[in-house]
Amino acid sequence: MKKQNIFLLSLTAILSSAIMLSSCGGSTTEVAKTDSAATAPVANPNGVGEYTHVDISAALNEDMVTKGKGIFELKCSACHKLTDAKLVGPGWAGVTKRRTPEWIMNMVTNTDAMLNQDPEAQKLLELCLVRMPNQGLNGEDARSMVEFMRKNDGQ
Amino acid sequence: MKNYINYVAATLAIATLTQCKPKSASQVVTGDAASKVYVAPGKYDEVYNFVSGGFSGQLAVYGLPSARLLRVIPVFSQNPENGWGYSEETKPMLNTSHGFIPWDDLHHVALSQTNGLDDGRWVFVNGNNTPRVARIDLKTFRTAEIIELPNSSGNHSSPFLTENSEYVIAGTRFSTPLDGNNDVAISSYKENFKGTISFIKVDPTSGNMSVPFQVVMPPFNFDLSRAGKGPSHDWFFFSCYNTEQANTLLEVNASQRDKDFVVAINWKKIEEYAKANKGRVTTSKYAHNIYDDKTHTATSTISEGIVQFDAAELKGMIYLIPCPKSPHGCDTDPTGEYIVAGGKLAATIPVFSFSKIIKAIEGKQFDAEFAGLPVIKYEAALYGEVPKPGLGPLHTEFDDKGNAYTSMFVSSEVVKWNIKDLKVIDRKPTFYSLGHLMVVGGGTAHPYGKYLVAYNKITKDRYLPTGPELSQSAQLFDISGEKMEMLSDFPTIGEPHYAQAIEASKIKDGQVRFFKIEDNKHPFAAKGEKESKVVRTGNRIDVYATCIRSHFSPDNIEGIQLGDEVYFHVTNLEQDWDVPHGFAIKGAATAELLVMPGETCTLKWTPDRIGVIPFYCTDFCSALHQEMQGYMRVSPKGSTVKLKWSLGDFSSDAPVAAATK
Repeated sequence: MKKQNIFLLSLTAILSSAIMLSSCGGSTTEVAKTDSAATAPVANPNGVGEYTHVDISAALNEDMVTKGKGIFELKCSACHKLTDAKLVGPGWAGVTKRRTPEWIMNMVTNTDAMLNQDPEAQKLLELCLVRMPNQGLNGEDARSMVEFMRKNDGQ
Repeated sequence: MKNYINYVAATLAIATLTQCKPKSASQVVTGDAASKVYVAPGKYDEVYNFVSGGFSGQLAVYGLPSARLLRVIPVFSQNPENGWGYSEETKPMLNTSHGFIPWDDLHHVALSQTNGLDDGRWVFVNGNNTPRVARIDLKTFRTAEIIELPNSSGNHSSPFLTENSEYVIAGTRFSTPLDGNNDVAISSYKENFKGTISFIKVDPTSGNMSVPFQVVMPPFNFDLSRAGKGPSHDWFFFSCYNTEQANTLLEVNASQRDKDFVVAINWKKIEEYAKANKGRVTTSKYAHNIYDDKTHTATSTISEGIVQFDAAELKGMIYLIPCPKSPHGCDTDPTGEYIVAGGKLAATIPVFSFSKIIKAIEGKQFDAEFAGLPVIKYEAALYGEVPKPGLGPLHTEFDDKGNAYTSMFVSSEVVKWNIKDLKVIDRKPTFYSLGHLMVVGGGTAHPYGKYLVAYNKITKDRYLPTGPELSQSAQLFDISGEKMEMLSDFPTIGEPHYAQAIEASKIKDGQVRFFKIEDNKHPFAAKGEKESKVVRTGNRIDVYATCIRSHFSPDNIEGIQLGDEVYFHVTNLEQDWDVPHGFAIKGAATAELLVMPGETCTLKWTPDRIGVIPFYCTDFCSALHQEMQGYMRVSPKGSTVKLKWSLGDFSSDAPVAAATK
């Protein structure tokens, strides 16, 4: 039991130092964002970022699904499973029911700001302990990810 | 109390002793020096300072005025810290006609120029020992290209650039017999030995180098060089010594003549001559190595045959100008009118006038010929001499206000003087015995000025002692005022020879932060974990591995056998700035890999024993970095253990299950 406590303590230490490290890592503008974020995280179902309204049609766009699948295999599958099981990051099953398309697109394009400011993203960081990397997706890539996730969720 | 008194006495004694030196630091440093070098945490330096690493073979990058070491760029020497010269991709960069060479002696630094101004695209550096010139890309701060120079020994007078980076010029320190006539008596020096000046053409878009021709010169030792500027744009000026053409005890025998030469060559006319004439093609072999940012791989090509022209056939293109005793530096001022030579054994600094040189050539004011080349009368070329500047003048750079700064090796000082009236304005001691000095933009048509750095040859007592071997010392001066002001000391890597500095704004915004994974054309890249796999071809095993915070795929491999050669191709799937992953295998007789985001690097490992061998990430990458590891099982040759690889155990989970085959 004692051993376990020590383990937890050191894990906390590692985690907090990791958070400190990563908040130092960015450019001056990112540092500024971190500072303002620390004061008042505000819950917004759209998350933090440029996507505030995305039109989603009922029918899936299969081209986007295919594109999203390619991006998933290149940049995401190392950490995310398509089931509900957590690997490095959370499993993707049901993600389109838990999150808005805007939140998803902001998370995959504006990752650092989301981790610093969005309460839901911060909960996930506490759960997973590894900061999600920004994998350099553009808007079109991000939209395709949403479509691929919808397909994965059986829509 | 007695101890204290002893201590005070000792301190006083030391203080008294130091006063025997030219001047102590406390006398030199004045006023608010500290605030002038202070760059607050999170703030950037004003300029990048590229400093030769001398016998380390590498190039150091400092920020000024803080003198913080920002980076050491591996160039000519292997660097286990990031696998340069160890990884399969970078080994070809150190290939030469002699085979793989893990080291060189890097002396001089030349930033690329456009219209006489530093443009921040590339920096060229020389390998002195096994003659090579390297080009470093300032978008990645990596060595992008290395070209070997045939018929060159001691590539010291190198690399020097024309105003638009048309050519890099490289002259030889050692004259030697040339290819085709190599096996001769050393005592036949005057007859059989030759110096060469190589013309390296630089492609204006890609920066790629080629050697269209060499000029074969009399067997002098070529020391340093500068291209002209403005009116002297078409010319290069070289200093040389050993015009005595001695081949032994040069310390005495190369210092006999009262004057050696500054060599003025019209590169533009030689270029035209070379276009119209075929020249002699020798059988020389030389390596040309290029690193490709898309394949993340270097290729080395051995070329054969180089075109040569004899200096004597280049009528009206090469002139000798007498210069007092063994000139070292040979520097053109920002206007291109004045050429300053540092006669290292002389008591004056001669300043030549370009317009007078041209008049002397037109009026045929020649003394005689030397080795078939016309010698311009000293007085006909001379603008004037700086009288009694100090002892042992070496190198001169310039500020933005018409002043020159010359390093004085023997009297260990920087001397500031005015180019027009040749009067000494100020002198400040350095600690100790400086060689090169540099002013920010001091080699350009419009110097930035403000800072001067002296690169000293002797360190002695400047820092806390570290046994017999000491870091070399550099000293930063503020030259914005009438009098120079010493600001700080800082240690350097290897031996700093020449250095250049450029405004940070010309470089910092063009930086590559990571390599786009979509653009990765490495033949063994695994683009996504789905592509990670292990392939056996005879006794060669290729592992297509990926890494991302914080695991490798695959991380369990079995079926490797003793006698196999394992190539671990590691692709970093990250797409963010400053997230490299390291890769090391226990017992691998090589260095680690340090793989940048989006890049693929290969570590070759030959297992030497049976067992389970661990590998891990060496660069702290996340809270779970210490979990980033894997195992490889090595079985006896002919073992029935099947080749298999895996990551995790998700057999029930098809979409994500890694390749367990």
